[in-house]
Amino acid sequence: MIRRLVILLALVVLAAPLAAQSPPLEVPYRLFRLANGLTVILHRDTSVPVVGVDVWYHVGSANEKPGRTGFAHLFEHLMFEGSKHVKEGEFDTLLEGAGGNNNGSTTNDRTNYVIDVPKNALELALFLESDRMGYLLDTMSPERVNGQRDVVKNERRQSYENRPYGQASIELDKMLWPANHPYNWPTIGYMEDLTAASYEDVVEFFKKYYAPNNASLSIAGDIDLDATQKLVEKWFSDIPGGKPVEPIAPPAAILTGVKKQTLTDRVQLPRVYLAWLTPRVFAPGDAALDMASSVLTGGKNSRLYKRLVYDTQIAQDVNAVQASGAIGSSFQIVATARPGHTVDELQKAIDEELARLRREPPDAREVQRAINQMEASFYRRMERVGGFGGKADQLNSYFVAGGGPDYFAEDLARYTSLSPSDVQAAIIDWLPPDRRVELVVLPEGKK
Amino acid sequence: MNPSTSLGTRKLCLLFVIAAVATVGAQNAPDRSHPPQLGPAPTLDLPPIQKRMLSNRLAVWFVESHEVPLVQVNLVVQAGSGNDPAGKYGLASLTAAMLDEGAGSRSSLQIADAIEFLGAELATTSSFDASAVRMNVPVARLQDALPIMADVALRPTFPQADLDRLRQERITALIQAKDDPAQIVPIAFTRVVYGTMHRYGTPAMGSDTTLKAFTASDLKQFHADMYQPANSTLIVVGDIKPDAVLPQLEKLFGSWSAASASRPGPVAPARQLTQGQLYLVDKPEAPQSQIRIGWVGVPRSTPDYFPLQVLNTILGGSFTSRLNQNLREEHGYAYGAGSRFDMRLSSGPFFASAGVQADKTAEALQEFFNELNGMLKPIPAEELNKAKNYVALSFPSEFEAIDDLSSHLEEMVVYKLPDDYFERYVSNIQAVTADAVQKVAATYIQPKKFAIVVVGDRKSIEPKIRALNLAPIHVVSVEDVFGQRELQ
Repeated sequence: MIRRLVILLALVVLAAPLAAQSPPLEVPYRLFRLANGLTVILHRDTSVPVVGVDVWYHVGSANEKPGRTGFAHLFEHLMFEGSKHVKEGEFDTLLEGAGGNNNGSTTNDRTNYVIDVPKNALELALFLESDRMGYLLDTMSPERVNGQRDVVKNERRQSYENRPYGQASIELDKMLWPANHPYNWPTIGYMEDLTAASYEDVVEFFKKYYAPNNASLSIAGDIDLDATQKLVEKWFSDIPGGKPVEPIAPPAAILTGVKKQTLTDRVQLPRVYLAWLTPRVFAPGDAALDMASSVLTGGKNSRLYKRLVYDTQIAQDVNAVQASGAIGSSFQIVATARPGHTVDELQKAIDEELARLRREPPDAREVQRAINQMEASFYRRMERVGGFGGKADQLNSYFVAGGGPDYFAEDLARYTSLSPSDVQAAIIDWLPPDRRVELVVLPEGKK
Repeated sequence: MNPSTSLGTRKLCLLFVIAAVATVGAQNAPDRSHPPQLGPAPTLDLPPIQKRMLSNRLAVWFVESHEVPLVQVNLVVQAGSGNDPAGKYGLASLTAAMLDEGAGSRSSLQIADAIEFLGAELATTSSFDASAVRMNVPVARLQDALPIMADVALRPTFPQADLDRLRQERITALIQAKDDPAQIVPIAFTRVVYGTMHRYGTPAMGSDTTLKAFTASDLKQFHADMYQPANSTLIVVGDIKPDAVLPQLEKLFGSWSAASASRPGPVAPARQLTQGQLYLVDKPEAPQSQIRIGWVGVPRSTPDYFPLQVLNTILGGSFTSRLNQNLREEHGYAYGAGSRFDMRLSSGPFFASAGVQADKTAEALQEFFNELNGMLKPIPAEELNKAKNYVALSFPSEFEAIDDLSSHLEEMVVYKLPDDYFERYVSNIQAVTADAVQKVAATYIQPKKFAIVVVGDRKSIEPKIRALNLAPIHVVSVEDVFGQRELQ
């Protein structure tokens, strides 16, 4: 009894925000731009003798042409295959020999490349990054395109075709976005488009999108800022700038009613996907929908988890996410039925919980709990300099989004300023029952 | 605010500053004829481990890391799935998973609410060798979160309703695993290599049958027998000073006493395979075949640890490894291929693996064996050096975040590594010779005796696999893989 009392008291005191008791959330940086248009962001963090070198090209699958879906990602693979002064295979061999790691990733909106090296190999990383930015086409060949085409087709088989429910996310985007909207097709691409991609496409794509003026370079870690700036100027200044890239002008995406579809798959349990079109990243409503996803499925006490998985146990899992994009977002709720239960049962329970949140806002504690978790997650994101989601990558991400590289505190403030009625309003405004996509995946032979 | 407006302003100022620099750059185009020389590699100064002990002799290890205002607190208990009693496979795993489903005076939901409200993350989990309660919490909330963690670790209540819920969740997860070739292949492989009688032949989670049989008293007994201060260590890493935290740890963990005189025993050694066998698990219409090839590997205590790290890096432990270069870069059969020695207290499995496109399954199998056999020939010096440098020079990056540090400390505890182990790691890797790699290759890579498991579309892949004549072929079903019997 006594222990409980003491703790309740402590929790009341805790209502003060974490920021009041913690150092400020800031990442000091230096930003400069080369004459060829390359933006460079530097941040010093000496906790380990490691440097993260992170390049964003401002091109993703949303820039693709019909008939060439998946091309931005296929192109990403080709960036590791060598350039004029780096023989095929050497990119990885040189980095591994120096104790480095590297990777790349492609989304709808951007393509990023990460190289993490011990600090003595920073210049090697800059040599490799600059050579593929400036001289990729010099040694490009149809054979190289063919080689990575096969790899990417196997990536598609592994991550989508041979994975349970793997086709659902592709189908969901097709239903959510109009056919001429660039979020309609999958980043991995359609198999026939991967087959059609040509060497000529590679040349055209590189010239159009891979110029320094369409890229940003972020370096975080155990660096000297002046010396690093000189190294960047040395390796990147001779790369010619390209023509400005026109921003994407997407057609309007609006759902006017409920779109339904049923797929079958080689699975044993039915799954339901409910999805809505929602405000793009950083637009009003985006953060409130993040909080709504937490109120719905973040933790055992969340509305949907507690009802579907904890109490009634009609679902094996339930997840909600605001999937934020640069030109639009979607909010998705996904639930898998337990054996003996149906997606109709799941959907009815989900709709009842959404209706309840439209009628009355979540409790203050539910929202504060979600805010406290979000706040702690911002500090967790301060630990690593390199890799996907490290500080170099985050500085680049905020820069590209337009708020400036050190947008951490402002981003967090989007969440800490929310009230329960803001979360309620977002659910009313953006998750209506009569304008959404309902996709069901049923076990084969049970349709 | 319109973000593009503010950005445009900044761009103008910067262009002005940079113009001069760019001119200099153009006059001195860099020499790209060879990669820049590397300076001397940095050494990693590991922060010291400050070892203390509570009045009940519970060891407490502290490492200070003041970069970010967070703390990682792990209670590691040296008992895991390897200590499951015969016929009760899955007990350690379910016991660990149940710790935060009711503890002290709090219910499952109350624990989750309290932890999340503090912005903390709490995980209760286990491996074959150990169980752990791990908490990551903002340092300002540590004092409030620790009592909850102590309840979870020391005073779990194992409520029947929550046990039934978790049991059903796990049984359902096993049903779902049957849908996924990537989940079927490790289960089939370890069953083939270890059989039903050895603990490593069944997933840590157990089976449908054992899961259905567990009672709350089984879990309580396992917790009483295995979770003891004498075989546990508290690891605290982060933005703290040991002396400031110790009094609270003493208060919360210092009166913990052994509830039982029982002690976890060792896992029996596994019998090694003596002749090759190929198991084809039929997964109709699978567009890729999941392949896993290998046998019983080595325990973590192997004296061959460092040569094996280098060997595996060359074979399948890095992007430029032979398996990945062959199956991905050269042939394009796979998105990726690799290999691994899964080292545990007893000998865990060694395996090479990949998902390959169905119509190239036989060709891929042949390439796997070409590369495995190739490891028995002398390794070129350049390749050996690249692998050693990769492992040695990337080592500092494994100590960046507080959960990196704490997981390395757990490794020290569970495998009883000496205090200077990580300080000497890099020089131990650099000391590996070509002869040493050759010697461990001859011992641990014996492809003729390896088990081969392929999960794929039997109808389309079987004829070409048979034509390879790799080993006797057994065709089994997915249900067989998840069943109680040996695979025949």
